[in-house]
Amino acid sequence: MKRSLKLKFTLLLAVSIVSILLLSGCGQSYKATIRVYNWGDYIDKSIITDFEKEYNIKVIYTTFTTNEDMYVSLKSGGSTYDVVFPSEYMVKRMINEDMLHKINLDNIPNYKYIDDKFKNLPADPNNEYSVPYFWGTLGIVYNKTMVDDPVDSWEILWNEKYAKQILMVDSQRDSIGLTLQMLGYSMNTRNLDELEEAKQKLIEQKPLVLAYVGDEVKDKMVGGEAALAVVWSGEAVAMKWENPDLEYVIPKEGGNLWFDCAVIPKVSKNKEEAELFINYLCDPEIAYRNTDYIGYSTPNIETMKMLDEELLNDIAAYPSDEDIANAEVFDDVSDALEIYDRIWTEIKAK
Amino acid sequence: MKKGWIAYPYVVWLVIFIFVPLLLIVFYSVTKTTDEGIVFTLEYFKRFFEPIYIMVLLRSLYLALISTIICLLLGYPLAMILASKEFRHKRVLLLLVVIPMWMNFLLRTYAWLTLLEKNGVINTFISFIGLPKMELLYNQGAVVLGMVYNFLPFMVLPIYSVLIKIDKSIIEAAEDLGANSRTVFRKVIFPLSLPGVVSGITMVYMPAVTTFVISRLLGGGQFTLIGNLIEQQFLYTGEWGFGSALSLLMMILILFSMAIMSKYEKESEGGGLF
Repeated sequence: MKRSLKLKFTLLLAVSIVSILLLSGCGQSYKATIRVYNWGDYIDKSIITDFEKEYNIKVIYTTFTTNEDMYVSLKSGGSTYDVVFPSEYMVKRMINEDMLHKINLDNIPNYKYIDDKFKNLPADPNNEYSVPYFWGTLGIVYNKTMVDDPVDSWEILWNEKYAKQILMVDSQRDSIGLTLQMLGYSMNTRNLDELEEAKQKLIEQKPLVLAYVGDEVKDKMVGGEAALAVVWSGEAVAMKWENPDLEYVIPKEGGNLWFDCAVIPKVSKNKEEAELFINYLCDPEIAYRNTDYIGYSTPNIETMKMLDEELLNDIAAYPSDEDIANAEVFDDVSDALEIYDRIWTEIKAK
Repeated sequence: MKKGWIAYPYVVWLVIFIFVPLLLIVFYSVTKTTDEGIVFTLEYFKRFFEPIYIMVLLRSLYLALISTIICLLLGYPLAMILASKEFRHKRVLLLLVVIPMWMNFLLRTYAWLTLLEKNGVINTFISFIGLPKMELLYNQGAVVLGMVYNFLPFMVLPIYSVLIKIDKSIIEAAEDLGANSRTVFRKVIFPLSLPGVVSGITMVYMPAVTTFVISRLLGGGQFTLIGNLIEQQFLYTGEWGFGSALSLLMMILILFSMAIMSKYEKESEGGGLF
């Protein structure tokens, strides 16, 4: 009895293994496979399918929610990725820690379509490691029917008139950063006194804040649940489509300018295929489809020519050089991250 | 006939998915990567004892306690109704308790967002009958409501399964001996249902202490619980060491409270979870 059961079990196992092998052999055979690691909902998926068909390269697509999340899974090893999309300060950190391959721009002819103002960024001064993917700003979105003061400064977020009508962004660097900027300091400070001052300011603000939110901010603002909210520009564009009462401003203190870039991590063994993929994304037509789907701002000049006049004039989507003249770009402050985290916990736990 | 080999897959499973991760958590919580390599450290545990983190812990325990008490007060009578012979629509009611659990937990919590918000369903109704709108969302009450709503079935079901197994002749005997219904409940039914109550409390209290989604969504990120703190360490700051230390302390705390609970549970049989 025992023996026959064991035999049956082994047989079953064998059959299933063989069938799995057979099945996987049945599918289309690709000449290579690349692993792409991107933010959630940050690509038009049909582009991936088209790429697979055109180049006969299979794409395994996975997503992450924060830069740190992505950084940790790359750093801890175990997972290999060929194309990753970190933000500028994370690009810098990864360059500093020797985690990235140099990209051979000869393999990315479409790089010429990237606007010159997005080249030679402080994070990657010689364009050796990264190709800009999307960009945007951090600012305030407000409901015109609920706010009658002029909105042009971060200070409005401390106006008691709008108590319990303010939504802050649940992100350490952004919330602390904008407060630092309002106080006249750099968003990238490591100075403890300055950080302490920002902390006090945020604790002072807490009774006025309705909530510290993530993705829900869109629903809340569209539904008129709050008067003011700190948001990323791409979200603002989408919100304005759904509720015309909403308006987006980049505060006069400067706001924050961010870039998400495509990079190739050192763990990648398919560098050429990865470059092929990045080049594909920079193709004006493809970038247009992607921009149209995601709603964030493209750094691709040719793609911009295909966009609606209305969208191009929208300060949320494509601010002029003047609008972003004072905007600050995040720098890597990894050595002070623990302090940021402590401050943020103190504010939220109060 | 021995069939020990049947257990092997489970043993392998246990080792890979429970034992090894647990070891990793312990490892991360007491080590630190420096330039000289990995060194032993207790700084993460020390950090936890700063007032700010103790406050977060106390808040988690307090909110979970409130929710558990409310769940017990609401759940016990419901379990009694479900277990009673006279009640006809028992099956329907039981189904109503269970059906929400078929839906995704996150989705149900999101639904409360739209119910409670300023222009939400409840406030629209309130203002329709001429009362002023209320601030329902983003406060401590909303967090407790979310916990009670999500975890109530875990209180009802264990109590129900114990109540239904109580020998009816014992109750009849008590009645024959002249006990009124209150005495029957106090002296017979309640003591017999205690194992169910204990496992109900454990099943509600544990997820309530460690939740992070409810406090973030319904509390608007203003009520940091220990779960949020752990999430923050892993996803945003990348401080695996501190996050692991927090998780470890949380586990010890739960183990401790379960040990106390099981003392009450030991003598009686059935209905227990552990």
